[in-house]
Amino acid sequence: MTTVSIPDVMRILPELILAGFAILVMLFEPFVPAGRKRVLGWIALLGVLVAGMAFTWAPPNAGMAFSGSIAADGFSYFFIFLFLTIAALALLGSINYLERDNIHHAEYYALILFSTVGMCFMAASAELIMIFLGLEISSLSTYVLAGFRRHDPRSNESAMKYFLLGSFATAFFLYGIAFVYGLTGTTNLVDLAADLAQPGKWSTLTRAALILMFVGLAFKVSTVPFQIWTPDVYQGAPAPVTAFLSTGPKAAAFAVLVRIFLGLAGPSGPAAFWVIWISAALTMTVGNFAALLQKNVKRMLAYSAIAHAGYVLVGLAAAMASGSTEGASAVLFYLAAYAFMNVGAFLLIAHLAGPGEGRTEISDFTGLGRAAPGAAACLTVFMLSLSGIPSTAGFFAKFYVFRASVHAGLIGLTIIAVLNSVVSVYYYLNLVVTMYMREGEPQAARTPMPLPLYSAIAASLFAIFYLGLYPNHFLLLSTLSSKPLP
Amino acid sequence: MESGYLTILIYIGAVVFLSAAILGMSAWVGVKRPTREKLSPYECGIQPVGDARERFSISFYLVGMLFILFDVEAVFLYPWAVVYKELKWFGFTEMLLYILILLAGYVYIWKKGALDWSR
Repeated sequence: MTTVSIPDVMRILPELILAGFAILVMLFEPFVPAGRKRVLGWIALLGVLVAGMAFTWAPPNAGMAFSGSIAADGFSYFFIFLFLTIAALALLGSINYLERDNIHHAEYYALILFSTVGMCFMAASAELIMIFLGLEISSLSTYVLAGFRRHDPRSNESAMKYFLLGSFATAFFLYGIAFVYGLTGTTNLVDLAADLAQPGKWSTLTRAALILMFVGLAFKVSTVPFQIWTPDVYQGAPAPVTAFLSTGPKAAAFAVLVRIFLGLAGPSGPAAFWVIWISAALTMTVGNFAALLQKNVKRMLAYSAIAHAGYVLVGLAAAMASGSTEGASAVLFYLAAYAFMNVGAFLLIAHLAGPGEGRTEISDFTGLGRAAPGAAACLTVFMLSLSGIPSTAGFFAKFYVFRASVHAGLIGLTIIAVLNSVVSVYYYLNLVVTMYMREGEPQAARTPMPLPLYSAIAASLFAIFYLGLYPNHFLLLSTLSSKPLP
Repeated sequence: MESGYLTILIYIGAVVFLSAAILGMSAWVGVKRPTREKLSPYECGIQPVGDARERFSISFYLVGMLFILFDVEAVFLYPWAVVYKELKWFGFTEMLLYILILLAGYVYIWKKGALDWSR
């Protein structure tokens, strides 16, 4: 008879604390009068902080928990901390947004927490079924969040599309798991790696299973040709939700991709590697060239999110080709750096777009440099970082990915990636040029930034410059975190 | 291995053939004398009143969904009841937590007015 031991519980303590706080927020929501919902936002934030502190106060010893279904290692800690940070930033940026747009229901905060729990489980599990459960917990919450502006048809469209395509994608993933189980009799990644390491275990069916799982996750990280939903969903969803969506669940799906593909596909030969290679090249190119044509800021950043997924895939391809930790650590570094700049950019746009998010066209930002110099300067930094200008986090993120890819001998892919990042500078700077160098009255809101949003933006800016000026500490952290991977 | 799948294939063929044969024969050979009564939809023997395609209160949908939710979650209590003695206090506390979480959901929907039929 297996029972739960204390070390087992300690290894999922952050998830338990988050889930507990989410239930508390949900339970209090009907009792808190309409004007005072922001209290619950602070409670949710407190939950994130307590979950983060639980790690530091009671450092869990690395190891497997719950009969090998949870892997508590540096890799999962890295991602859990990343998700907690993203959740905290998104919560800070949402409180005033929800009040401004009259959609202040505390379920929002609970859903952010639940989604974070799911993401943590995705990154921390070494069991395909557990990964699937995490994926579902995180996805179901985000489907609701995408439609949170209930009276806005675009938001409804966004939620509907995300729900239908997301469920479709999870079906692919589940089908892949079913294949794997049918072929090997196990869904545990460690057992699976041992099983597949035996000679003659790889067959067409095994590769098909791997590809099916890749397709399921590729939907979630929006790589070409599974990116069709991304622009509509990111544009229609409330901007703080987009900030969360485009970083959290994406990083979680990448964590799973890295765990599965580095763990299993090693002995699979070139087939899986070429899938990643082609996918990376296509994703970067399509994302960047489509972003060039966009007139809407949120839509442009959605295509930019697709392009960034391509760069991360370059890192994954490098990790698969070389087998060293350099590629994996570049992926981790990239995901963290990308999270800060994208969350910051979307939260700022949520504020500038004004009530009802009426002004998200690029032309609405004309002359913002004079009208709101502070906000314009922050947005400029986010854009520069996204395009990868030195001294920002985006530069070193790209630098490490490209370096890993050159060291792995992927010269062709690196050339495509570098050319793409040159193309991307055009549309990021286009927004900056519009803000500073075009004459006109800005349509974007000029109300001062509320304090919670201000602190979220300041934290993102700090992280961007910290990673951009002193990347060594964080690179060491991401290298150590990718050590447990094979 | 292959022969096992062949059996299934033959079985599928037999199923398709049989159902097609039965339906086809009854359509071809059967005598049809339709009357107004026979063509009207069957409503448990009561005289049909009006069209079924009308607007229902959203509460039907809501209560139906909540019923399914709590019903499905109550199903988890049965396997626990079977191994109750072996699991002892561990199983008891696990289930207590589970029911408390369910209770939180119940309080939530109650306070939200989802169960209030007159709204």
